[in-house]
Amino acid sequence: MMFNAPESQKMNTNAAPVAIADPKKVDLPTGFKTVRTPDPEPRPVRVHADDVCVFYGSKQALFDVSIDIPEKAVTAFIGPSGCGKSTFLRCLNRMNDTIEGARVEGKITLDGEDLYDPKLDVVELRARIGMVFQKPNPFPKTIFENVAYGPRIHGLARSKTDLEQIVVESLKKASLFNEVKDRLHEVGTGLSGGQQQRLCIARAIAVSPEVILMDEPCSALDPIATAKIEELIDELRANYTIVIVTHSMQQAARVSQRTAFFHLGILVEEGPTEMMFTSPAEKRTQDYITGRFG
Amino acid sequence: MNSLVVAALLLVLLAVSYQVGLSRSRAVATGSTLKMHSRPNYHGMMVALWCLIPAALILLAWLFFGDNIERSYTLSLLPPEVVNSDPNQLRDVLRRVEQISTGYGVVGDSQPYENAAGQALQEFRLLTFWSIVAAAAAVGIIGLLAMRARIAPRLRARNEFETIIKFLLAVCSGIAILTTVGIVASLLREALRFFTFISPIDFFFGTVWSPRFAATASGDYGQYGLLPLLWGTLMVASIAMMVAIPLGLMSAIYLAEYAPRKVRAVAKPMIEILAGIPSVIYGFFALVTLGPALSALGDMIGVPIRATSALTAGIAMGIMIIPFVSSLSDDIITQVPRAMRDGSLGMGATKSETIKRVILPAALPGIVGAFLLAVSKAFGETMIVVLAAGNAPILRFNPFDATSTVTVSIVNQLTGDTNFASPQSLVAFALGLTLFVMTLGLNVIALYVVRKYREQYE
Ligand SMILES: Nc1ncnc2c1ncn2[C@@H]1O[C@H](COP(=O)(O)OP(=O)(O)OP(=O)(O)O)[C@@H](O)[C@H]1O
Ligand SMILES: [Mg+2]
Repeated sequence: MMFNAPESQKMNTNAAPVAIADPKKVDLPTGFKTVRTPDPEPRPVRVHADDVCVFYGSKQALFDVSIDIPEKAVTAFIGPSGCGKSTFLRCLNRMNDTIEGARVEGKITLDGEDLYDPKLDVVELRARIGMVFQKPNPFPKTIFENVAYGPRIHGLARSKTDLEQIVVESLKKASLFNEVKDRLHEVGTGLSGGQQQRLCIARAIAVSPEVILMDEPCSALDPIATAKIEELIDELRANYTIVIVTHSMQQAARVSQRTAFFHLGILVEEGPTEMMFTSPAEKRTQDYITGRFG
Repeated sequence: MNSLVVAALLLVLLAVSYQVGLSRSRAVATGSTLKMHSRPNYHGMMVALWCLIPAALILLAWLFFGDNIERSYTLSLLPPEVVNSDPNQLRDVLRRVEQISTGYGVVGDSQPYENAAGQALQEFRLLTFWSIVAAAAAVGIIGLLAMRARIAPRLRARNEFETIIKFLLAVCSGIAILTTVGIVASLLREALRFFTFISPIDFFFGTVWSPRFAATASGDYGQYGLLPLLWGTLMVASIAMMVAIPLGLMSAIYLAEYAPRKVRAVAKPMIEILAGIPSVIYGFFALVTLGPALSALGDMIGVPIRATSALTAGIAMGIMIIPFVSSLSDDIITQVPRAMRDGSLGMGATKSETIKRVILPAALPGIVGAFLLAVSKAFGETMIVVLAAGNAPILRFNPFDATSTVTVSIVNQLTGDTNFASPQSLVAFALGLTLFVMTLGLNVIALYVVRKYREQYE
């Protein structure tokens, strides 16, 4: 009822947070309009999502999410646990295809090309949109082989020296090279958690993706390793389009240029990070950011 | 009847002692201002253990020494000239006495002293049985009372119970280990006896297997070359593995990675049913269906294939091992964390690339372990080869021809009239020992491989 009509938006601001946090009291939020604040100087859009709904079996996890993800910037997804951040992130490189019973509706484009076009090659798509996961998941192979994995399967290197160059470059970009240059041929699982996560980033970079998706990349790391990764994300922003899911408000504030706030499967508000953290338009965004629920 | 009495005794002791402990503990608790260290059920269990363990020890002691005591008692009843007569004769007498005492009666006539001894033995047995039962009960009750007297608020019954349980578990694993050691020791002893007849060099490096029958023994025992049997075993096992590994592994990969949940729910139990079919049925199937079919196929393509051959036995054995390989591999593959899959798929790898480059390498140690276990199963399999390999212990390299294996020869040497003093039957122990060493070696290699990869991957 609350979300049925666009006019009801004003009412939302007065709704008590308790009522919002309890999913049973919220009617199906179809028809809800995300509050959007554009950037002061608009950036070119790389990924565009239009009315994306995701179902796990008969359960709907995302409701009509529409968003533009700008190029060469970091977009942060925030929101309470279970609100669908990971689900939406996985839509962007079709990792939801690997989940039995998951179904995606709506339209997502990368540079205007429909990602869910049946003719599209998923394998190639995932090389263009790379992903870094919550828990570092290096393969049980050497550091070198971990990074060389993508270039090998996509045939990116013409020769052995070519491949070596790609691996070294990627490790350098992930600011890991200096720490591992003497042990490229030892197993990647022997690295520390933070190093493993940077290895995973290097692995993702090695296939020169255009977009990098990161699902809580620092949640398993200590503050120092986290700071390193954040620094790295900031550097990578110059060349890549990055989407990061995070539970840390500070992290979102530090690394991202735009922030999107999800709640109960809907995208509530989306805007420049600075504005989202200082003067959000939505009461719920404000409540979440100030830690009043979630 | 006797075992019923013993079981009833133990059950009654258990129930009574537990209840005694329980009620005593409650009584102490209500009569005391101190907080009880352990709950009443622990006191109950302690009393029960203190009661049962001594009683059980008495019964076990009788189990071990009873036979000897009975034997010496019987001997004391027999006239000395019988006792001192030759061992075979004495054995017959003792057997007859035994039969009289159990009331089954004897074939043929029995001597009066045998009848008397039988009667006496029967009475002796009855008497000792009831005294043992009484002794066990008495000791149990003493234990019960002793423990009951110890129950006090500060008694750490919980911790003591833990210690006793730990001890009992250690005893159980000790029994398992001792049994293994015992089996190996007896294998070894008999095998060494065999090597007093035949030199180990002739056995391990001999290329001809033709043991003479014991009946015709005249100093010439025949030839006991192991190599034809070893070769047959290896050939049949390799054929079996050539069937089982690809089929088993592929079906495991399909079930673990590709099959929709519904297919998996049906197919996995179906494959596992194969493991429940007794091996003699596979042998039968090989003999009646597979062998003739292979031989017909051979006629068609112009290769002479015998109906009973290494090939027939190997294929049947391979089919038998498929579920073994597939269900072990399937478990191992599904244990590879989802994060590995996601990592690879997220890089744009296809499913088969992911399986080949990430999942199988990660699962390799476990899979190799499964393979080696399957090989040792193939080495030890008997029934299929007895029926379908043709029993031709000749060193031949043609898998389409009949062959024989170590296990088949063990069966052959031990069936029929056997006299465990001749090399004809003692050779079975040498063969068994060889088989044991082979499987042991495989298991050691399997462990080593698994450990090596585990170190690398964790
Ligand atoms: N594989 C799945 N099968 C069924 N339901 C799922 C599956 N994955 C997620 N869901 C459901 O979809 C909803 C959104 O989940 P999602 O993982 O996207 O949340 P999230 O925002 O990433 O949460 P978190 O911050 O805890 O990671 C949840 O209600 C969850 O239970
Ligand atoms: Mg998540």
